[in-house]
Amino acid sequence: MTQKLVIIGAGMASGRLLEELFELAPDAYDVTLFGAEPRGNYNRIMLSPVLAGEKCYDDIVTHDADWYREHGVTCRFGEAVDKIDRAQKLVITANGATSYDKLVIATGSASFLIPVAGNDLPGVVGFRDLDDVTAMLQAAQAPAGKAVVIGGGLLGLEAAAALNEQGMDVTVLHLMGHLMDRQLDPAAGYLLQQELQRRGIKVNCKAHTKAILGKDQVDAVLMEDGTVHGADLVVMAAGIRPEVRLANDAGLHVERGIVVDDTLLTSDPDVFAVGECVEHDRTVYGLVAPLFDMAKVLAQTLIGQPAGFVAPAVSTKLKVTGVDLFSVGDFAEGPEREEIVFRDPGRGIYKRIILRDNRIIGTVMYGDTADSSWLFAKLKSGEDISDIRDTLIFGPAFPAGAPTDPLATIAALPDDAEICGCNGICKGAIVTAIGKGATDLAALKATTKASASCGSCTGLVEQVLASTLGDTFVIPAAQPICGCTDMTHEDLRRMIKSQSLKTMPAVMQECGWKTSCGCHTCRPALNYYLLAEWPLDYADDAQSRFVNERNHANIQKDGTYSVLPRMWGGMTTPDELRAIADAADKYDVPAVKVTGGQRIDLLGVKKQDLPHMWADLNEAGMVSGHAYSKGLRTVKTCVGTDFCRFGTQDSTGLGIKLEKLLWGSWTPHKVKLAVSGCPRNCAEATCKDVGIICVDSGFEISVGGAAGMELKETEALAKVATEQEAIELTVAFIQLYREHARYLDRAYKWVAKVGLDWVKERVVEDLAERAALCERFELSQSVYRKDPWAEQATPAFQRDKWSALADLTLEAAE
Amino acid sequence: MRNWIDIAGLNDIPKRGARVVKTTLGCVAIFRTDDDKVYAIDDTCPHKKGPLSEGIVHGASVTCPLHNWVFDLETGMAQGEDVGQVATFDTQVLNGRILLEASRLAARSAA
Ligand SMILES: Cc1cc2nc3c(=O)[nH]c(=O)nc-3n(C[C@H](O)[C@H](O)[C@H](O)COP(=O)(O)OP(=O)(O)OC[C@H]3O[C@@H](n4cnc5c(N)ncnc54)[C@H](O)[C@@H]3O)c2cc1C
Ligand code: SF4
Ligand code: FES
Repeated sequence: MTQKLVIIGAGMASGRLLEELFELAPDAYDVTLFGAEPRGNYNRIMLSPVLAGEKCYDDIVTHDADWYREHGVTCRFGEAVDKIDRAQKLVITANGATSYDKLVIATGSASFLIPVAGNDLPGVVGFRDLDDVTAMLQAAQAPAGKAVVIGGGLLGLEAAAALNEQGMDVTVLHLMGHLMDRQLDPAAGYLLQQELQRRGIKVNCKAHTKAILGKDQVDAVLMEDGTVHGADLVVMAAGIRPEVRLANDAGLHVERGIVVDDTLLTSDPDVFAVGECVEHDRTVYGLVAPLFDMAKVLAQTLIGQPAGFVAPAVSTKLKVTGVDLFSVGDFAEGPEREEIVFRDPGRGIYKRIILRDNRIIGTVMYGDTADSSWLFAKLKSGEDISDIRDTLIFGPAFPAGAPTDPLATIAALPDDAEICGCNGICKGAIVTAIGKGATDLAALKATTKASASCGSCTGLVEQVLASTLGDTFVIPAAQPICGCTDMTHEDLRRMIKSQSLKTMPAVMQECGWKTSCGCHTCRPALNYYLLAEWPLDYADDAQSRFVNERNHANIQKDGTYSVLPRMWGGMTTPDELRAIADAADKYDVPAVKVTGGQRIDLLGVKKQDLPHMWADLNEAGMVSGHAYSKGLRTVKTCVGTDFCRFGTQDSTGLGIKLEKLLWGSWTPHKVKLAVSGCPRNCAEATCKDVGIICVDSGFEISVGGAAGMELKETEALAKVATEQEAIELTVAFIQLYREHARYLDRAYKWVAKVGLDWVKERVVEDLAERAALCERFELSQSVYRKDPWAEQATPAFQRDKWSALADLTLEAAE
Repeated sequence: MRNWIDIAGLNDIPKRGARVVKTTLGCVAIFRTDDDKVYAIDDTCPHKKGPLSEGIVHGASVTCPLHNWVFDLETGMAQGEDVGQVATFDTQVLNGRILLEASRLAARSAA
């Protein structure tokens, strides 16, 4: 008698299994196929084009009623299996029991519903089967409908793009830092996000969903940060879970999926499993290629042929019309791995190939995936590519050796990209002038005024010359920031501004970075430039800061830290002094020192004590003195008219006002100020970045002093009559420095580069510019004028940042 | 013998960051790279004992916070002109948990 084969689940894996089986041995089994969906097998992958309206259901059916009839399959569609009785070898459905000799579980996966309130409201759908698609299309009928897609992976983005095609207003909420984080690296994720946004899809990364709101129907999604996104439809695409309930209840060995051996056999000798519900060698799969391999192996196993499933490399392509994206293998970085990165910012192309021992182990491509199959083949074959290494990234068609054009970035800029910020000169104007005969820098300066002011755009202007004139113009060598890029600091600042680059991956992509996440030289600089240019949009990145700024304390040579509370204008009180003394006692501080900046330093503090000490000092009303930052350090003052018989103005009061205004701000390098009450200059104002000397008729402001490795006296900026003006000039000067100086240039170095006259024009003479500078400074301070100690002394921070991850000393001692 | 110890969740360490595990032989720094690889090396810089866990992490390297020596996280070798090496320990990430191979830590303490 023919053996009875029962299959649970009429999906892609079991569909392929039946094809393979009938091919090998048409009459080996009497097959009964149960399917929960009221239809036979169709190409689930193509649900996205169906949702987008590019295909209809009939186009994607793979096995129709005729096919099942011809092959003698008993179809039980629309009939979910409720239970497996392994002892009696029965499967149970609502209609009764069916016996089997061999059983195959092919139940696939189910959409993972994130566990938040409201996830069961009508209007919340998964993206798994035809019914989900029908529900979504229904919702898309309503005019001006809003859809929120939770999950920015393959499924979520296909749903988002399709719903956008259907005319819905779509927002994607993605938990991780960049889209498709499992398949793409941040750079490619960034390009993808740009493309989707260009189509009108809103993308929010690092988005934590708190609840889905609505009474009888969804109407909004609430985020952890309080943002609310209106929604008529919520698509859950935050992941899938292998459908293992039946197997679990039946007592089969189940981990994340139903555990099978190489022959697809479960822990029961008569029960097999295939498809997404399976876990093989600790891996579960979510793409069809490996499932088809499994189906083939299982067909052989079922007829007694020896066969074994071997985990294959799987590749991913996003099926969104017009988006070219490909990812395969392991694209993580690592030592012993080498990467080849190619970026063409002009055409929005990014390619990365990861090599180990001269073999390809992974690649990510965006924008141009023409060579993906060629590379994938090389990855699978594991062949040694040393011979073609240098040209590998250019694909099989590559002739030999022509290097990429370093000027591509500039050539790709649109005509209205601003090159010279001082004079508002765009690329188009420069190109026109070159066309009219201004073929060198001097001529361009004279005719267009480009780079004629602060000069920081000189590099870019030269590159425009080079890209316009070709070989006839040779760019004088400029020093790039570091080995990761060819750009200079000045080029980079200008690109960030003119191209509205607001994240690190954006800068690295558009400016052709050669490494995937920079290095210790460029990252801190980039972090500063981004936060200075986009205070509201850019989120400061602690991991791109040097240890002192990350830990808000100065690291000492023995790895301990120093703690230094702010003393506004160098003034303190008995209570503050007592609190400092108490902290020194309590935390066993080995050294207490009065500094040159008129405050008190506690040296030799252990890292784990920092937050506790800060909390104590906060308690006494003190805040961080930022003695560790490239930012405002101190404002030294003398006692002025309050006590000194020579005093002409309230120098202490002005110093305190300035410090309260400026504290917390980040600057290219440290900034120190001083205010003296008369020309005797007891506060030593003439060797500070900004020094103010009070006289009877007002305030003399001078800038660009230093007393470090170099000793420099300040130069006079202006003399003003009122305290208010003195404050405005100081703020405007510091903001100009923040906006234009190179990272790690002290103010005096920057002033020497741009010239004091250029500074005066903007800060002293042009009143509108002065006001605008002050306004921009204040905007930035609305974010950064805060005490980092208070922020980091919280319990959450203490647990996550200041303590050791684990303490193994106890275990190791056993 | 391999001795895997579950020390923390992956998310307990920031991307491009590090934290330390205390052992009887001093601190071991556990690094998490931008693409979620995890490495463990001795926390102490062979140059002048800088705490490597406080350095800037880039690619699969870390830059010592004191004098900018750069170490390869996989081999523990100093890069470029500088000469030196720190001990490395095996790690793996399983279901979001970081496991540290601690047999060498135990062996060294027993000796
Ligand atoms: C929108 C979308 C796009 C995709 N795009 C791609 C792509 O581009 N590339 C790619 O490789 N993969 C893609 N996939 C994944 C691919 O479709 C799956 O990997 C594949 O369908 C899994 O096959 P399966 O047979 O294991 O499960 P399924 O195809 O899900 O079949 C399982 C079937 O079992 C039924 N079932 C479950 N429980 C029971 C029960 N108790 N009783 C009876 N029946 C039951 C289910 O209703 C279902 O019909 C996509 C998936 C979706 C949803
Ligand atoms: S600077 Fe002038 S006002 Fe200030 S303390 Fe010295 S002498 Fe007095
Ligand atoms: S201590 Fe590490 S580089 Fe000097």
